[in-house]
Amino acid sequence: MKISMRWVLPGVLVLLLVACGTGGQQNGTAASPTEPVTATEQPEGSGERLQLRLVTHESFTASEEVIAAFEEAHNAELVLVPLGDTGAMVNQSILSVNNPLGDVLFGVDNTFLTRALEADIFVPYESPNLANVPERFRLDAEHRVTPIDYGDVCLNYDIGYFEEAGIAPPESLEDLTEPEYANLTVAPNPATSSPGLAFLLATLAHFGEDGWQGYWADLRENGVLVTAGWSEAYFDNFTAGGGEGSYPIVVSYASSPPAAEGATAAVTSDESCFRQIEFAGVLRNGKHAELAQAFVDFMLTPEFQEDLPEQMFVFPVVEGTALPESFQQWAQVPENPAEVDPAFIEANRDALIADWTNVVVR
Amino acid sequence: MRQFLLSAPKFMVFAVPIAFLAIFFFYPLLSIFQVSFAPGGQPDLSGFVALVTRPYYRELLWFTTWQAALSTVLTLLAGMPAAYAFARFSFPGKTLLRAVLTVPFVMPTVVVATAFLALLGPRGSLNGLLTVLFGPDAPAVNLQHTVTLILLAHVFYNIAIVIRVVGGFWANLDPQLEEAAMVLGARPRQLFREVTLPLLMPAIGAAALLIFLFTFSSFGVVLLLGGVRYATIEVEIYQQAVNLFNLPLAASLSLVQMVFTFLLMWLYTGVQARATVPLNLRSQVAVQKPARTARQRFFLLAALGLPALFVLAPLTALVERSLSVGGEWTLQYYLTLSEAQRRSIFAVSPLVAVRNSVLFALATTAISVILALLSAYLLAPRRGEGRRGLWRRVLDPLFLLPLGTSAVTLGFGYIVALDAPPLNLRTSALLVPIAHSLIAFPFVLRSLLPTLRSINPALREAAAVLGARPLGQLREVDLPIIARSLLVGAVFAFAISMGEFGATSLIWRPEWPTLPIVIFRFLGQPGVANYGRALAMSVILMSTTALAFILIERVRVDEGSEF
Repeated sequence: MKISMRWVLPGVLVLLLVACGTGGQQNGTAASPTEPVTATEQPEGSGERLQLRLVTHESFTASEEVIAAFEEAHNAELVLVPLGDTGAMVNQSILSVNNPLGDVLFGVDNTFLTRALEADIFVPYESPNLANVPERFRLDAEHRVTPIDYGDVCLNYDIGYFEEAGIAPPESLEDLTEPEYANLTVAPNPATSSPGLAFLLATLAHFGEDGWQGYWADLRENGVLVTAGWSEAYFDNFTAGGGEGSYPIVVSYASSPPAAEGATAAVTSDESCFRQIEFAGVLRNGKHAELAQAFVDFMLTPEFQEDLPEQMFVFPVVEGTALPESFQQWAQVPENPAEVDPAFIEANRDALIADWTNVVVR
Repeated sequence: MRQFLLSAPKFMVFAVPIAFLAIFFFYPLLSIFQVSFAPGGQPDLSGFVALVTRPYYRELLWFTTWQAALSTVLTLLAGMPAAYAFARFSFPGKTLLRAVLTVPFVMPTVVVATAFLALLGPRGSLNGLLTVLFGPDAPAVNLQHTVTLILLAHVFYNIAIVIRVVGGFWANLDPQLEEAAMVLGARPRQLFREVTLPLLMPAIGAAALLIFLFTFSSFGVVLLLGGVRYATIEVEIYQQAVNLFNLPLAASLSLVQMVFTFLLMWLYTGVQARATVPLNLRSQVAVQKPARTARQRFFLLAALGLPALFVLAPLTALVERSLSVGGEWTLQYYLTLSEAQRRSIFAVSPLVAVRNSVLFALATTAISVILALLSAYLLAPRRGEGRRGLWRRVLDPLFLLPLGTSAVTLGFGYIVALDAPPLNLRTSALLVPIAHSLIAFPFVLRSLLPTLRSINPALREAAAVLGARPLGQLREVDLPIIARSLLVGAVFAFAISMGEFGATSLIWRPEWPTLPIVIFRFLGQPGVANYGRALAMSVILMSTTALAFILIERVRVDEGSEF
């Protein structure tokens, strides 16, 4: 087969035009190639569908029918604006505060919360559904953000490995520095990974501001492997992650075991896990404030809360939410996770990472 | 002076690439620099102070530079014999082999890291092989988190640049020059050093430059394979911009990276423009012959077999893993690709992801080829012009700048700059091929320039004398000669777009997910099944790309006159 050059460029252009035309129509959600322009806010029920733009991180997802239920109830269309990882999303929202990319934001967690609040990117809104959320999740008294879900960063271990080796699985952070656990642990780098930073914060809370460096020095002595990100730690180096890994202990989430269908378990002893809480907030200068508030309310309804675990591997914050079977069977919730004030995290992130690097890398 | 001052219509045409860069590169970049260096109108030079005072940043620049230089040299050494084999010999399966050797170019670094560890990690195949050969006491190889692994991965990614850019140019060199030297008594080594190598220099220079730029701004490879001990400027920029939100420092580092890139380009483009001599380029069909002697066959086997093994081993490891669950062969991961996320609003069937990626890649290729053609004519000196035109020597390196610019810096620039009509493109899917073109277009331009500068001006004059108007000259004289390099550029433009992740992750639209985005989303969730699906999707990415390469290679200007 020979294709003549003179047909190539026109051919490609026609193909692109056709594709852009059809691609837009076959998707339910907006595929307009340019930024949607909505003139003025229409009162609800007036007939015209409003577009609610949700700024979020790359891991956000939800069930189709759950989102459809919201869209129908509010005669609106939900347009997602994913902006990279949590840090990238928060920073881009701060940079665009005067002309935001959306009306509502989901996914800022307690490690980035203070940065977002200091930049004043949210308008306070107290959702009536907040009543069912325990006090410990509400980190902002002014209600600029509303807690939606949480996940605990904990050590996970390969149950089969420890059974076979005849060693007791680790039960605490301290265990990892014992000789029988030498060269068994892999952890993501706190400088480049959010679970990595969360685990560092757990050790900070547990061993204190002057003790955590010594713990990490011992971990280093005992052969901890540090990887750039969570997926490299879990998939490539963890024995139960699917790859050719040789480390049976990994820093992951207390909600990871359901995905491993019981092959792994989490260490949930006192202050050995760090709790990441994810929040939503109404963006300042957004176009549809009322609809944004309605979406915050919606995220606290049983419908959305029950959908969270299997979509994003996190726990719902609303008390009494029914958990899916896999979570009931395998997921663990630490009773006493480590706590670190968000303001402390924002103020000391740079110094903590620099200290950690000095202890573990240099 | 006639050529120096462009006529109005010519100016309009040449203004297109300049306008494209101005709108989608310099304007967003200046906007984010303004926010970073002068937040609220007050100048903030804390970033520069930190750069100068902390020795860490000198080490960072030093490591970034030497690993890039070493990667470039190693890639050239590994690729040159293969480039020669592709240029001078015909053999069965040539197109397929060339396509396969280019596949690494599109592979996401997360997936490549997995493949490399599967081969060279503590429990990798190499150690398995050593144990089989030398028993359980065999020396164990563990390359995880070493510079060696970084260098190997850079060679793996970039060897195709040498094979295609140098090999493509080599194929068109007139063998009569070499034959003449041989008749005059030149020995093989002397022939290569004194005739072939100088003639090849423009193409080798172009390939080396591209490889250096890619490895200088290496992100995923260094981050994932190098471990915590190694970082490039690009890695540090991401860290400062995203995790620490220290924009003054991130912007300062970006600026250092760009100034360094620009200076290097300035040096290079000066040398490059002078190194080029007019040549009578030949159609490669006339040049390529099958291997006849045993020695030639052995050479072909070594020159092609070793790179093929090197590239195929990790790729095969990926295919094998995507097809096996607990030691059993199965298509399970492929069959559950869309099922796994069926209920999710992000449910993407593999076919839709393939369609999106291919469409973006085609758009990127079209935009890059048009921009590169226009800029190539803007940059290639006309006859009698000599080395005049300082603006040309400034423009040339400027066109390369996007290759040496951090994706996250530019991404943040888009957020700040493209927020009002008529440029309110922040949430437009069009931004994806535009951003991809910024990286791809300099590549096409580099691949094009050595050939375009080598066209013997006498040919154009002859055409003009025979009455051909400028456009006619272009179609009848230039196009057949540059077609090959244009196709080389097109292949890479396509590949760059298919595999791009860094910029895409900041600007993608949920309605238009690309293959790398889908792969990355699978790797973001725990569970062996998600890992398997990520690998299955990677194999789909590999196959789609290889197929596209083979199709692109089928494009010919006109039968009979191909070069």
